[in-house]
Amino acid sequence: MNRRDSLKALGLGTLSATVLLDACKTPDNNNAPATVADGAAATPGRQPAEVEREKKLLADKFFTDHEMATIAVLADIIIPKDDKSGSATDAKVPEFIEFIVKDIPEHQLPMRGGLRWLDVQCLNRFGKTFVASTSAQQIQLVDQIAYPAKAKPEMQQGVAFFNRMRDLTATGFFTTKMGIQDIGFAGNSPNKWEGVPADVLKQYGMENVVV
Amino acid sequence: MEDLQIKKSGTTYDVVVVGSGAGGGMAAYVLANAGVKVLMLEAGPFFDPQKDSMQLKWPWESARRGASSTRPFGDFDAAFGGWEIEGEPYTTTDKTEFYWFRSRMLGGRTNHWGRISLRMGPQDFQPTDGLTDPWPITYDDVKPFYDKVDRLIGIYGTKENIESEPDGIFLPPPKPRLNELFITQGARKAGVKVIPGRGSVLTEALPGNKDRGACFFCGQCGRSCKIYGDFSASSCLVIPAIKTGNLKVIPNAMVREVLTDKDGLATGVSYVSKDDMQEYQVNAKTVILGASAGESARILLNSKSSAHPGGLANSSGVVGKYLHDSTGSSAGGFLPQLLDRKRYNEDGVGSVHIYSPWWLDNKKLNFPRGYHIEYGGGLHMPSYGFGFGMQNMNGLVPDRNGKTKDAGGYGASLKDDYRRFFGTQVGMAGRGTAIARKENYCEIDPNVVDKYGIPVLRFNYTWTNDEINQAKHMQDTFEEVLHNMGAIHGPKQGADTNYGLEAPGKIIHEVGTIRMGNDPSKSALNKYCQAHDCRNLFVVDAAPFVQQGDKNATWTILALSMRTADYILAQRKKLNI
Repeated sequence: MNRRDSLKALGLGTLSATVLLDACKTPDNNNAPATVADGAAATPGRQPAEVEREKKLLADKFFTDHEMATIAVLADIIIPKDDKSGSATDAKVPEFIEFIVKDIPEHQLPMRGGLRWLDVQCLNRFGKTFVASTSAQQIQLVDQIAYPAKAKPEMQQGVAFFNRMRDLTATGFFTTKMGIQDIGFAGNSPNKWEGVPADVLKQYGMENVVV
Repeated sequence: MEDLQIKKSGTTYDVVVVGSGAGGGMAAYVLANAGVKVLMLEAGPFFDPQKDSMQLKWPWESARRGASSTRPFGDFDAAFGGWEIEGEPYTTTDKTEFYWFRSRMLGGRTNHWGRISLRMGPQDFQPTDGLTDPWPITYDDVKPFYDKVDRLIGIYGTKENIESEPDGIFLPPPKPRLNELFITQGARKAGVKVIPGRGSVLTEALPGNKDRGACFFCGQCGRSCKIYGDFSASSCLVIPAIKTGNLKVIPNAMVREVLTDKDGLATGVSYVSKDDMQEYQVNAKTVILGASAGESARILLNSKSSAHPGGLANSSGVVGKYLHDSTGSSAGGFLPQLLDRKRYNEDGVGSVHIYSPWWLDNKKLNFPRGYHIEYGGGLHMPSYGFGFGMQNMNGLVPDRNGKTKDAGGYGASLKDDYRRFFGTQVGMAGRGTAIARKENYCEIDPNVVDKYGIPVLRFNYTWTNDEINQAKHMQDTFEEVLHNMGAIHGPKQGADTNYGLEAPGKIIHEVGTIRMGNDPSKSALNKYCQAHDCRNLFVVDAAPFVQQGDKNATWTILALSMRTADYILAQRKKLNI
């Protein structure tokens, strides 16, 4: 099979991402014996235990409504809308965080405890929870935990929480369609790799490096 | 379960093969194509990459965005199982460590491996280090089979005339990516040789093969390939062998033991079906184990009889001993000169584009043998973990206005940093020779069984100074290469972590548990991987390895399995088995 034939075999006549997505969901007519995927409710390539586990996680709820509201405010402080793409909540980052703490339980305690730590800090300073504080008050607090090198020693627990929150927000954002477009990732589509483009080689002075 | 009984098949197969990975797959392929009636038992489900691969899925198609919650190498990785499988434990002796990666599925661990395909060299088979044992065969014995494997399966690479890295029959290699050009410069400045990678990916159509497609460069070999553009035992060996009509595969068949008669010859195997939890026995004139170095040893040790009181093929007592995995240590950083780099598709192939073979004379070093280096980095598709640790990077370089800002942060400026840093990462990993030692072994745990009632393996494994010194050398080398490239990186790993030396089993190159040799008192198998104690029993996975080089095991497993299958065909003609 040459490359064109193999792309045809995949159902990939064109290189557009939406076509690719559909193509990967197209059932084929392979004659091989029954696979793990062949049960009525099964997903190709997934083991039944994986499918079950995911169903259960999606049905469970971990964060309270108040915690989710706090996560949403923090996520949009970390990744706001700008002229290139939408905000973290536009990309449904809080929903991702709700799922991932159920999927990776070691996030649960630091997230729950960190959110409460944040609320208590705000109650002591402003007499209100984080979400009920004004935007200026929220930023005043975030400024004290967002910069690890200059945060005060008594704010270190907040720094650890905010580092985790920053990580989950960034990962949750840049793994969505909106985030992938924003970052400019150009792969995950059939092509012929011919090496670094000439203008890029020139930009870095790499024209003469031969492996 | 009052009605539990052992169901005995009336059929006698020519050959039963246990396991469907590189070794079992190749043996079944050769034999089925020669007209031999073969039954294959696989402990996991049937898996066809064409149907079951997660290739070309986007991160948002996974609720966990590709995180490794249920699969150690991520949600889209092809390997079922991992270092832990529910209901199938293993144990370790006090204060030792071993991590046993098992993939119960058609094709085994070949569905997801890195496709780095290396021949062992003449001195890997006949070492001159004065420390390790020679194989009962030489490179010249194996070379014709390496050649046949190259032609049958396809491999890219370049002729380099390096004695310890024998050349093969190569398809063109993929060109280096941008980060790999920086790595090449930095490595060469440190005296480290860099050559194009060698991988079993069809960078061009494979001559004479109409069933497999040529690579379309998505870089996702680890997910297994829907068009069979890379090597998996499922797509390239077992599924084609089924099409001959001579191979029957029974999935979800967990083998308990090899059955023998009063003369000690193998008569078949017994297994438990994971589908109905019933017990079965099948008959065969020849039994081939390709269940993996750990699992094949486990089956033999569990196959006790009056003829084989210490376990089958174990009159020497070596079964389970000489277990060794490759050493591994790694480092990484980012290239500040690549901030704000131009975007284009550089996915390439899902195996290595560049490679450093061992380049030094170890006589001048404080450890035997050596290691190779694998490299990575670039504009990878974001998945879970993308952007983690930005506070460790964005305070180290000037921003767009030339001003260094405080690390961490939030808001529009932080959002921009994720864009700026995209594609700047580089990483490197050493894979080296660990010494085969009798003291590193697996055995049957006298107290523990798995959920099928099969006694489990207990591992005893410790690294010695040889491996630790090698890891230290890796860390020193990586630091120099990173420095030469102008990379920004953290401190290198020190004595507190054994210089980043991964725990045994973590590199998933474990071999050596049923070693071959000419002396039946010191080895379990002869030079054709036939049991000294049982002439109709063969082992075709990595268990027969006497001493691994710093070369990943798969290409040698394939060549040895093909060689053993040819030998079986010849012995059948002579009516010896």
